[in-house]
Amino acid sequence: MIEYHLSELPAFALRVREHILRMSTNGGCFTGASLSCTDLLVYLYTTYLRISADTLDAPDRDVLLLSKGHDLPALYGVFAELGFIPRERLKNHLRVHDDLYWHPNRNIPGVEFHSGSLGHLLSVGLGMAVDIRMCGLESRVVVVLGDGELNEGSIWETCLTAQALRVDNLIAVIDRNLFQANVRTEELIPLEPLTTKFEAFGWNVETVNGHDFGDLHSVFRELPVRNGAPTVVIADTQRGRGVPSIVERADRWFCNFTHEEVGALIEELHGNTQATLTSETLVVR
Amino acid sequence: MIPYESILLECVRTDQRVMVLTAENRGHMRNAPALMGDRFIDVGIAEQTMIGVAAGLATRGRIVVTHALASFITLRAFEFIRDDVGIPALPVIMVGMVPGVLSDANGPTHQAIDDVGLMRGIPNINVFCPADEEDLKIGLRDIIFSGKPYYIRYTNAPASVDHSKVFAPGVAEVVVGPTIGRRDVTILTYGTLLRQAVLAASKLTAQGIVVQVINMRTLKPIDEQRILEVSFNSDLVVTLEDHLLTGGLYSIVSEILIRNRRSVDVLPIGFDTWFRPALLPEVLDHERLSGDHVARRIVEQLQRNDERRSMEISYV
Repeated sequence: MIEYHLSELPAFALRVREHILRMSTNGGCFTGASLSCTDLLVYLYTTYLRISADTLDAPDRDVLLLSKGHDLPALYGVFAELGFIPRERLKNHLRVHDDLYWHPNRNIPGVEFHSGSLGHLLSVGLGMAVDIRMCGLESRVVVVLGDGELNEGSIWETCLTAQALRVDNLIAVIDRNLFQANVRTEELIPLEPLTTKFEAFGWNVETVNGHDFGDLHSVFRELPVRNGAPTVVIADTQRGRGVPSIVERADRWFCNFTHEEVGALIEELHGNTQATLTSETLVVR
Repeated sequence: MIPYESILLECVRTDQRVMVLTAENRGHMRNAPALMGDRFIDVGIAEQTMIGVAAGLATRGRIVVTHALASFITLRAFEFIRDDVGIPALPVIMVGMVPGVLSDANGPTHQAIDDVGLMRGIPNINVFCPADEEDLKIGLRDIIFSGKPYYIRYTNAPASVDHSKVFAPGVAEVVVGPTIGRRDVTILTYGTLLRQAVLAASKLTAQGIVVQVINMRTLKPIDEQRILEVSFNSDLVVTLEDHLLTGGLYSIVSEILIRNRRSVDVLPIGFDTWFRPALLPEVLDHERLSGDHVARRIVEQLQRNDERRSMEISYV
């Protein structure tokens, strides 16, 4: 397993963001949401999780479940950089002969469970965490949730059950980018005070800057807390992070850019001239 | 300890993979918490979470038997069954309590009369509908260790017939009447109403009618060969079920007959809508599902068929 120094992660994340932008054409993908959880996934896979290209089937591996499955470009971008899949394979995005469709599936090495419909994988992760505990293993189960996904009742149902079962190898990570689809969370179904909500459900609660690798490391290196309670990490993030033209834009959730726009956005990602976007945007309510 | 719980306990004790989950439905496993230890989990009244947890356990190699009322497990958790059990075809068994008319006086919210249609409509999900406790006991181990997802319509009713001890998914059993040769009527049924079918058959036999009763056992896989044989050798095929006519055995038989270019006389007996809630004997009487009613409905249908045939002959 390759060891990554925290100082290497910004460059790693930049490469993942390039993959995301390259997948945002020829049919497109959920660009804005993928960019918000890029740094989270980069940190978790390179530094926190005990998993590598050589240990994808190891019985004692850690597990990450992407419950907000539409962030697939960020996940597969990380997989490509870690060698779980060849970088070349990302070019098959949305092609019928491969399995790189808009939501994760187990035909892709590294995907532990498929997702798509929101509100499912916290309970699946709880089942895995229970089995890991019964097997006497030390593996951790990390479930990445969207903040909009917290509208789903099944999430809160599982929060109750998880604390009742005293499962402390389960960590929920919330990509708190303040958007759901094309609406701001607080303008639709306000979630705040979110910390208090999870505390009231008996969970350990941590907050972190989801784009600061140092901050992420200082929080995650203490996890999981082995106190008989599951843990939630609320990661403050920014939708469209790293690409000023689409950052925090409600209409840039799902993007299908022209090839020229992708080139310009990659320039922008690297700190050069801001791109001019003319492609169609989502209709915002 | 009831037989169902004994079999579960035996499965848990003899195979490390087996786990039992319930959404706070413990009536048929009262000793489970004490005897199964950490292999038993009550997730609370949370059917979606139960199925998600079961999928998480099963994806790591467990065989998980889950329990809730039939209407709640199939409806509240439907998408979790479809997505998390059906798509990956994980060995999770969904046991639905008080299905069909067994919900007796609970009212329409508790009436699982669409469960067979819902479950069989999901790719990879199979459906076992034992007629009674004996039938359940005969099939249960095979179902649990099949390696496949199954929905089971639970019953602990006393047996009304001496069941074949030979069980295989997709193989029906003839419980009354000849297995080969001409029959006037064949009643295809499953679950609770087998008893009423047998009662009806004895009434009809007393009238000189040659009747066959077939217990389908599993509705998915379905015994297609048996249904086709019946279509050739019975003058009237009756589908009898405590289920909506949409999606259940009548639908299955219709699909098979059309696919095989067969056109035969079929009398569908089932529900068009929710049944009147009451204690079971009154439900059966009111909904014309008791043995007496079923026999009468069949005689009426035979008469209608005779009249129609004589009309057809007179036209010729």
